[in-house]
Amino acid sequence: MAETPILWRGEMTTRRALTGRGLGFLSPGMLWLIGFLVLPSLLFIVLSFAERGVYGEVVWNFSLANYKRLAGFGTFGWTPDYLLILGRSVLVAFVTTSVSILLAYPLTFFIASRPPRSRFMWLIILIIPFWTNIVIRTYAWFFLFSPEFPFARVAAFLGLIEDGTSLYPSAFAVYVGMISDYLPFLALPLYSSVERLDWSLVEAAQDLYASKVRVFMQAILPQTAPGLTVGIILTFVPTMATFVVPDLLGGAKYMLVGNLIQQQFGPSRDWPFGAAISMALMLLTLLSMRIYRRKGASVDIL
Amino acid sequence: MTRPRNPVLLAVSFFTIAMLYLPLFGVAVFSVNSAKYGWVWKEFTLSWYTGLLANSYILDAAWNTLALALVSTLISTVIGTLLAIGISRFPWRRRTESLLDLLLNFPVVIPDIVMAGSLVVVFSLLRALSGLFEAGLATMIIGHATFQIAFVALVVRSRLVAIGTDIEEAARDLFADNWYLMRRVMLPLLLPGILAGAMLAFTLSLDDFVISFFTSGPDSQTLPLYIYSAVRRGVTPQIHALSTLVVLITVILVVLAERLSRK
Repeated sequence: MAETPILWRGEMTTRRALTGRGLGFLSPGMLWLIGFLVLPSLLFIVLSFAERGVYGEVVWNFSLANYKRLAGFGTFGWTPDYLLILGRSVLVAFVTTSVSILLAYPLTFFIASRPPRSRFMWLIILIIPFWTNIVIRTYAWFFLFSPEFPFARVAAFLGLIEDGTSLYPSAFAVYVGMISDYLPFLALPLYSSVERLDWSLVEAAQDLYASKVRVFMQAILPQTAPGLTVGIILTFVPTMATFVVPDLLGGAKYMLVGNLIQQQFGPSRDWPFGAAISMALMLLTLLSMRIYRRKGASVDIL
Repeated sequence: MTRPRNPVLLAVSFFTIAMLYLPLFGVAVFSVNSAKYGWVWKEFTLSWYTGLLANSYILDAAWNTLALALVSTLISTVIGTLLAIGISRFPWRRRTESLLDLLLNFPVVIPDIVMAGSLVVVFSLLRALSGLFEAGLATMIIGHATFQIAFVALVVRSRLVAIGTDIEEAARDLFADNWYLMRRVMLPLLLPGILAGAMLAFTLSLDDFVISFFTSGPDSQTLPLYIYSAVRRGVTPQIHALSTLVVLITVILVVLAERLSRK
């Protein structure tokens, strides 16, 4: 069968030749991503239904045992421990993202309102922490919160902690670490929207005697929604899953789901359970984003 | 543009910037302090920095970090660029296109710890096939390249969209063959996008902790892994010095990248 020649972007060719060449370009990347991303993810789903053997090996007997265990049904009756950790992770991610939004709006407005010459410098100030390794930035807080340093001294003076102890491990330290670590992930995408803000709409709202809240909700929020959404995703997803911050600053006192997963792949060596927790983490993350999308849609209509 | 001069706005902005930089400055200051412990200033010293050079663990870790970033960036830049061209320059059906889109966005939104966990499992199975998958630099390179490929492809694709197809069609009209078109037309046009993608991939690799932590072997420590494990043994000025150096390198890379992208 003779192929009908087609004209594609100035080239006289056949559909089959084009598809062949296209696949040539695609195949290295496709094979790589399928081999190291798609298939592993599918395998991970299967693994979450498997069992841990006596020596930490995987036994391919399928049951819902891992999910039951995650829901709290153990050999000694029901405990809310794992559910508590999951709930806490959602709370931490939610609070971190919310506080970051509250801090990022003033900061991005401040940067956008600098004269063009110095704006570049202010923007760099925001970009540097964005690209600095999380371990180092968390370690820096760990260091500043040591017992002899002013933060811990003040807290001890106020009677919040015992004299001579550090500010970590504590929920407070986790929140400070989380917010300062992940705020740039929210602020930077937000800035790209704030930079392009049409101020005439804001002024029009002000001229029409809109309250400050209404100016923000109706003139500023809809215009900055694209950047804000990217920022929220970039902040919420990693804060749900992080284990560096709670590990260094929270310890056993403030465990999050990231630590729980890490434990299964580290000391406990219970991969199937780790995979089940990962599935719960993915589910919670997707669910939260869904709720946000719905809420986000209603904001537009307001 | 109007100038918001609200004092609250200024106060919150400076508070936030202080929150971002205070810890880094604290560490930097104490990295040149000769006092080993506590809230005291003795005298200025660079001995913690020179001490780094004598520490073979740290030198090995630095070398591993660099090798990992360079090799994974090279692999992901080549594969990611081909992938971007493959996606946006051929007449794929709608379904294929949205499937490819999903594949590209998957590594961006999947939590890194989940990706790391699934790689651990797959490497353990592949180990039966080849010694290449023994936990070490090779597995780390594979892990890094896997998330880098998607980012490179996304950056290069946006460049492909930006340059449009006019010039390619003109080249075709002038009887350019495939090879000539790639080498003399596409490559020069795409180069800024490819460089931006490579730079992003390189920084992502330096920034990563989780994937490295899960896929590393006993002989493939990187600087972030070294710092993380050192913190558990106790904070020392040498770690301050090392952290400050890494931050300084980051600052230089960021300023360079911004300068380049402004041109």
